[in-house]
Amino acid sequence: MASAGSKTRTSPWQAWGISRSPWVYHLATGTCNNCDIELLDCLTPRYDLERFGIKLVGSPRHADVLMVTGMMNRKCLPRFIAVCRQVPKPYIIVALGACGANKGIFHDSYNTVGPVERVVREIMKEDTIVVNVPGCPPKPEAIILGVVKGLKLLQERRR
Amino acid sequence: MPSKIPIGPYHPLQEEPEHFILTIEGEQVVDVDVSIGYNHRGIEKLAESKTYDQVPFLVERICGICSMSHPLAFSLAVENCAGIEVPPRANYIRTILDEIRRLHSHLLWAGLAGHFLGYNTVWMWAWKYREPLLELSELLTGNRNHYGMIKVGGVRRDIPPEHYPLIRKALDELKPKLEMLYGAVLDDPVLRARLEGVGHLSREDAIRYGVLGPTARASGVDIDIRRDYPYGASDKVEWRVITSERGDLLARVEVRLLECFESIKLIEGCLEQMEPGPISADVPRKIPPGEGIGQVEAPRGECFHYVVANGTDKPERLKIRAPTYMNLPSFRATCLGETLSDVAIILAGIDPCYCCTERLVRIKDGRGERRLSFEDLLKLSWEKTARLRKEAKDGCVE
Repeated sequence: MASAGSKTRTSPWQAWGISRSPWVYHLATGTCNNCDIELLDCLTPRYDLERFGIKLVGSPRHADVLMVTGMMNRKCLPRFIAVCRQVPKPYIIVALGACGANKGIFHDSYNTVGPVERVVREIMKEDTIVVNVPGCPPKPEAIILGVVKGLKLLQERRR
Repeated sequence: MPSKIPIGPYHPLQEEPEHFILTIEGEQVVDVDVSIGYNHRGIEKLAESKTYDQVPFLVERICGICSMSHPLAFSLAVENCAGIEVPPRANYIRTILDEIRRLHSHLLWAGLAGHFLGYNTVWMWAWKYREPLLELSELLTGNRNHYGMIKVGGVRRDIPPEHYPLIRKALDELKPKLEMLYGAVLDDPVLRARLEGVGHLSREDAIRYGVLGPTARASGVDIDIRRDYPYGASDKVEWRVITSERGDLLARVEVRLLECFESIKLIEGCLEQMEPGPISADVPRKIPPGEGIGQVEAPRGECFHYVVANGTDKPERLKIRAPTYMNLPSFRATCLGETLSDVAIILAGIDPCYCCTERLVRIKDGRGERRLSFEDLLKLSWEKTARLRKEAKDGCVE
């Protein structure tokens, strides 16, 4: 479910700082809206993640977690890279849905450049933690689990 | 001196990537431009490489919010093309699921509209009331959002009779909550001040721009595919089309919330009339050559699919027109002259769904495959000048 390189190390203070109430920036890159509304669903009364201080923020500069949905189309790619450069490091990327994880049903589309993990590793050449949350759409429980696993991986990088 | 304000492509206001360029003078919006393409996935082209069994799954993923309308429209188009008769029970199940989807979509929109207005309470309420509907969908179909229930010739899963009371109970519980939400939104003086008279779309403009669905009905245009070109069981159950003459944002909220009650009526009527029977017709693997259309009233308006079959098991061409494609240009009628602070809710007022809209057409030169390079354009320009010069000379002679 999750994958991580272990090159970049996180200082103990950084890891501690990100471990509580991570702020989330949401980025849609060619989606069908469903992962996006399930992500918003996590914040509404049934799941209510705001209890734990997790909230959506309006700027990538405030974010700890980047939620990426969709199959990454060609027009979105430069914007995605620009947003990633603005997020304070260390951060984790959560690729939501079948499209984010492996392009899903749009695998053969002419307008996709690949799943999020491939873009981060091969185009951006970064070893940021990328958590793939499969499902079409993933249930809110799965999204929450994905973020928790990502944060745990980040803790493990602490040395 | 007018200044330009970009909204998007990634903006906290929007779930979807979308780029608006507003030109403002002081507080007033004088021009609005939109740039799309951030959601284009090439679905029409992909559909040509999938069989008739697979395409409903693909078109379901055009949009996650009206994910019942697209496969239904596609199936109707193929059934129209091949002359397939759908069993009555399948029709009832189709209408029930379509209306559950509409209820969920309208509640979702009401919540987001409250969020855009700074009323997060409305957002939380509406989404809380929407949650039992998603659970109901999970019970009936196995998934909260994408159902995979529609196939060409019928539906994939039956609704067993022991689920009827569960559906009725969920709807009965929803009704008082909807009434409360309706009263709370319409009685609130602040919400009324923000919505009344804002983003006005006159009946003439609505017809001129060809807007569809609740946006058109809120401007007094009485159209609804469920009544005009019935599909599923929408002509067998009693319900009415909600319209309003005012054409402002309040009317759009009102129309959408009142439509929820009609959807409940439709589902209850279907449950009463439904009789046991087959849920799917036999469909040949290869559809004979021909063309067919399917129209469905999606939560945002008419969803139109056009299929060309060529005798194989894959469609030759699939053309999709989603409702937002028609509703989007009406921004020029509703936004201009309004203040910048009202733009957010006006843009949200048509319930835009950009995922549905993003189709791409490559326009070739009308005379064939030729592409025009800069030299070609230069030549054309020179030719035109020469022609004009000649005409001017001829004119002088006369």
